[in-house]
Amino acid sequence: MAYAFETLVSGLLAGVMYSMVAIGFVLIYKASGVFNFAQGAMVLFSALTFVSLTERGVPFVYALALTAAAMIVVAILIERFVLRRLVNRSPITLFMATLGLSYILEGVAQAFWGADVHGLELGINDIPVSVLGIQLSRFDLFASTTAAVLVVLLSLFASKTRLGLSLRAVADDPVAALSLGVRLPKIWRVVWTLAGLVGLIAGLLWGARSGVQFSLTLVVLKAMPVLIVGGFDSIGGAIVGGLIVGASEKLAEVYIGPFVGGGIENWFPYALAVGFLLLRPAGLFGDHAIERV
Amino acid sequence: MLYSEAGQFSSSYASDARLFRLRQEAVEVIVVVAVAFGVVPFVGDDYWFTAILVPFLILSLAGIGLNLLMGYAGQLSVGTAAFMATGAYTAYNVQVRLPGVPLLVSFALGGLAAAVLGAIAGVPSGRIKGFYLVVCTLALQFFVEWVFTRFRFFSKDNASGLVSVPPLVVLGHDFTTPRGRYLLTLVVVSVLTWVAMNIAKSELGRRFMAVRDMDTAAAVIGIPVLRTKLLAFAISSFYCGVAGALWGFVYLGTFDPRAWDLSRSFQVLFIVILGGMGSIFGNFLGAAFMLLLPILMSHVASSLLAGMVDQGSLENYKKIVFGVLIIFFLIKEPLGLAKIWRSLRERASVWPLRHW
Repeated sequence: MAYAFETLVSGLLAGVMYSMVAIGFVLIYKASGVFNFAQGAMVLFSALTFVSLTERGVPFVYALALTAAAMIVVAILIERFVLRRLVNRSPITLFMATLGLSYILEGVAQAFWGADVHGLELGINDIPVSVLGIQLSRFDLFASTTAAVLVVLLSLFASKTRLGLSLRAVADDPVAALSLGVRLPKIWRVVWTLAGLVGLIAGLLWGARSGVQFSLTLVVLKAMPVLIVGGFDSIGGAIVGGLIVGASEKLAEVYIGPFVGGGIENWFPYALAVGFLLLRPAGLFGDHAIERV
Repeated sequence: MLYSEAGQFSSSYASDARLFRLRQEAVEVIVVVAVAFGVVPFVGDDYWFTAILVPFLILSLAGIGLNLLMGYAGQLSVGTAAFMATGAYTAYNVQVRLPGVPLLVSFALGGLAAAVLGAIAGVPSGRIKGFYLVVCTLALQFFVEWVFTRFRFFSKDNASGLVSVPPLVVLGHDFTTPRGRYLLTLVVVSVLTWVAMNIAKSELGRRFMAVRDMDTAAAVIGIPVLRTKLLAFAISSFYCGVAGALWGFVYLGTFDPRAWDLSRSFQVLFIVILGGMGSIFGNFLGAAFMLLLPILMSHVASSLLAGMVDQGSLENYKKIVFGVLIIFFLIKEPLGLAKIWRSLRERASVWPLRHW
């Protein structure tokens, strides 16, 4: 039983890592209706930039600032050359555009910094710590604390600042927001920047866990079921979805995996997500669309 | 300039719903098919047959399958490769476990198995729409990949799912030569393309489009929405299954489940989007583009930048160019290459005038 509990907790903590990627998605989907497949590429791009800067002797804080600046530039370029030119197109077109975007970001990042695997040291010793009698990874605890801080900051930004208010207005009803004088292109730049920064943090955590390399882009596939369970347009949903997916994935791997030959972590979260979908077609916290003819 | 449509009127519903409304369209298709069967086999060389024409035709077929689902019935899917893998492994198992079954029958069985899987995968579409559905098909993609890798039954006890296909013999003729592979693929693809064009023109095709444009409205005018969606999934998956069987048997010869990973699904998705949603002909343009662009870029790079860039960075530059081109196309022509082709023809038909 203690082992089951330990598995559960470590799964929950791993789920937080998925949530970090999912939050970047949700931000963009809420504000612009774009299903951003390039989020994984943004994670790779930011982590690779950061790690290459530190390897060239740039101090931690400066590297962080420079990478953040790079993500802002990327967001501005995306808005200027992609989003602005695809206004009013169908969602699938925008989805395809983000697929193209992910190719570009991956290509640029690797052409610039090379395709080697980089180690990333955040200065946290990953030694097990004992909390209430169960063994936990110190790194996982750090990651979940970071995620919690991030979510608090994001919700403060959304509820306390003028920019956050217009962000919520656009998410609620883009046309109404537009008619009240909210500048959509600006909002897009802001959310893509935010998604880039969230991607940077996710990239640092994932990179410290498994090395900064091309496979970082695959975390986008881990985030999909999280989005489904939580709903595309809810940040709280992304967190809860991440926890559910992380925990059930670990538990399934331990308790179901041996019966079917293992290796089920690739598809089990998806099967879980589909099960959720059949019960709640717009995720746990997603908005239900009302259809009119 | 090329031809005039003058004098060709449809005087009944049936004649308006014909496959080729204009005489010239029928002539064009006959000429293309005649060249493909009568000229290409004699002038092509082995490289063209095996490395370009065969994958081109097979990917076009997969594109038609996905286009029936996405472009006509409006159901998004990124599970194309899963259906292709199902078709290939079913055809393989039929061939090695049931001796005496003709090759083409096993391809058809592969298609049917994929169709059954597709109909099952389509069930959630009754409740789930848009990008939520995309994730469902993504689930299928990973699940199918896992099943064929994990369960050795499907690959006759190979640890990694690797299989080699028996020789390609149809009606006593050996089609294993490059030219034979081309002809075999061409026959299958031509027949299925003809069927797809008819589906698109038929009442079923109209039902697909009604569901695509708005399924709630389609339900209001009496179209059985779920049944239509399931049928779209089944037909689309049949095409993908046959395309997968061809890919495994005719193009690869020896394959494992990684031949149909997520990037294959995306490749077919790009073919459909770039070729043109809701166009059968566009799939061929899209497939040609997707297949020739990387080859062209390699040639350009090796001739212009010889020795200046290594292979690894060349891959990255190719990626960047590819991504830029996709976005460029989406911005410039949302209806894809098929629309560009149509506009060019319209321009040519009134040339040298600008407007008619």
